[in-house]
Amino acid sequence: MIKITGLNKKFKKQEVLKSLNLTIKTGKVTAIVGPNGSGKTTLIKSILGLIKPTGGKIEVDGEDISGNFIYRNKIGYMPQIARYPDNLTANELLSLVRELRENDDIASKELIKSFNLVSDLEKPFKNLSGGTKQKVSAIIAFSFNPLIYFLDEPTAGLDPVSSSFFKDLILKEKTKNKTFVLTSHIMSEVQELADEIVFLLEGEIKFKGTLDDLLKDSKESKLERAIAEMMTRKNL
Amino acid sequence: MKRMNKILSYIIHNTLRSKLVVVYMFFFFFVGYALFAFSADVNKANISLMNIIMFIIPLVSLIFGSIYLYNSREFIEMMLAQPIDRKSLFLGIYFGTSIPLALSFALGMFLPFILFGNMNGQYEGILILLALGIVLTFVFIAISFFITIHQDDKAKGLGYSILVWLLLAVIYDGIILLIIYYLQDYPLENAMIALSIINPIDLARILFLIEFNISALMGYTGAVFERFFGDFVGIIISSFFLLLWVIIPLILSTRFFQKKDF
Repeated sequence: MIKITGLNKKFKKQEVLKSLNLTIKTGKVTAIVGPNGSGKTTLIKSILGLIKPTGGKIEVDGEDISGNFIYRNKIGYMPQIARYPDNLTANELLSLVRELRENDDIASKELIKSFNLVSDLEKPFKNLSGGTKQKVSAIIAFSFNPLIYFLDEPTAGLDPVSSSFFKDLILKEKTKNKTFVLTSHIMSEVQELADEIVFLLEGEIKFKGTLDDLLKDSKESKLERAIAEMMTRKNL
Repeated sequence: MKRMNKILSYIIHNTLRSKLVVVYMFFFFFVGYALFAFSADVNKANISLMNIIMFIIPLVSLIFGSIYLYNSREFIEMMLAQPIDRKSLFLGIYFGTSIPLALSFALGMFLPFILFGNMNGQYEGILILLALGIVLTFVFIAISFFITIHQDDKAKGLGYSILVWLLLAVIYDGIILLIIYYLQDYPLENAMIALSIINPIDLARILFLIEFNISALMGYTGAVFERFFGDFVGIIISSFFLLLWVIIPLILSTRFFQKKDF
């Protein structure tokens, strides 16, 4: 469980997160949606410790994360943009992460096969395409048996085959009581995967609840319509 | 420490495979070859090499360090999501960039000396050159990292790096001349010592020239330095401040890195 209380983040004068309170439940897929610049990535990065909050408290499974880095053994993260040192290979990067993490690598072999990546493992990153690097990110995130996943627009660069494999992977992991936090602009994907939806606008949570609640709330039948309706309504 | 070493070994691998490091080594190899093979006096070759080192190493280290750290931005983000503390990561990247660059210089310089140098047992000069070159690499990569983590805009950061080089390697001597010319009626010793301390390139030059007792090439700051401190203390003091030029930017950058948002 992730508990966020009064989370505040200012970049210079701009307030990106405005005293956010949020509880992310274990064993659920929570999707964070909202327009560009609404603070989705800032929120995820704050929980990861990449961004230092201006105020507030974040607890992961009851552990305060400030000044702590051991808790990240529990976390698998897939960033929005994948870029790695030009001259290293995917194999080397994997073994670096393996050395840093406490948990054993239980899945990378299988995932490499499923993502059809065997032939790319020994190539330096500068020769790999964006989508392939994205797959490497996915493998790193999923291999070390984490309890909580953070996926920042995970399918944005993936081809349809990998993307649907990836979604199946999420659903499979979910049955093992894993927690997912995901951002996406693809509403069909959110509809397919998410149990809980958090709608973020200008650094504030405007809605939190299940998909059904959201649809009922907005009297729309499609999530995309419902979200679009909320964005325009809240902007007025 | 353990975590830093893990990061370090991978970054070293990455840096060693970059083309620039290889080109850099060959550059020093050919320059060294030209000077050692065709000059009868090893000391003269050393002095020429010294002048080249003073220009090239700061420039290449500043630019290489900046570009490397800017390009590592997403890698840093990804690594910071792993169980690693920020200090280990930052120092791992710092040493992972500076060690290969320093090695590439040292190897490029030492090989032609061994192969073509007319040494007659005069190893001292080349050893001091190598040591100074290595220290300057560490100094200027530390400075470039300091600039880079304080400036998120890549173009500006590179601009500042080049500006620092221009100031310390080129304009500095002009400023010293102007000061001497316009303020010749005043006692300038203390000011000159202060000025040489704020320039690591000048410190390295003074160290080299005191060691070899080449007062003709010493310049004003060097002469003041030697007269003020004498040979031995002069060497100790200039080495001390040169090392401070590695440590201070590194400590300041590490501190800033620990608070920075990615």
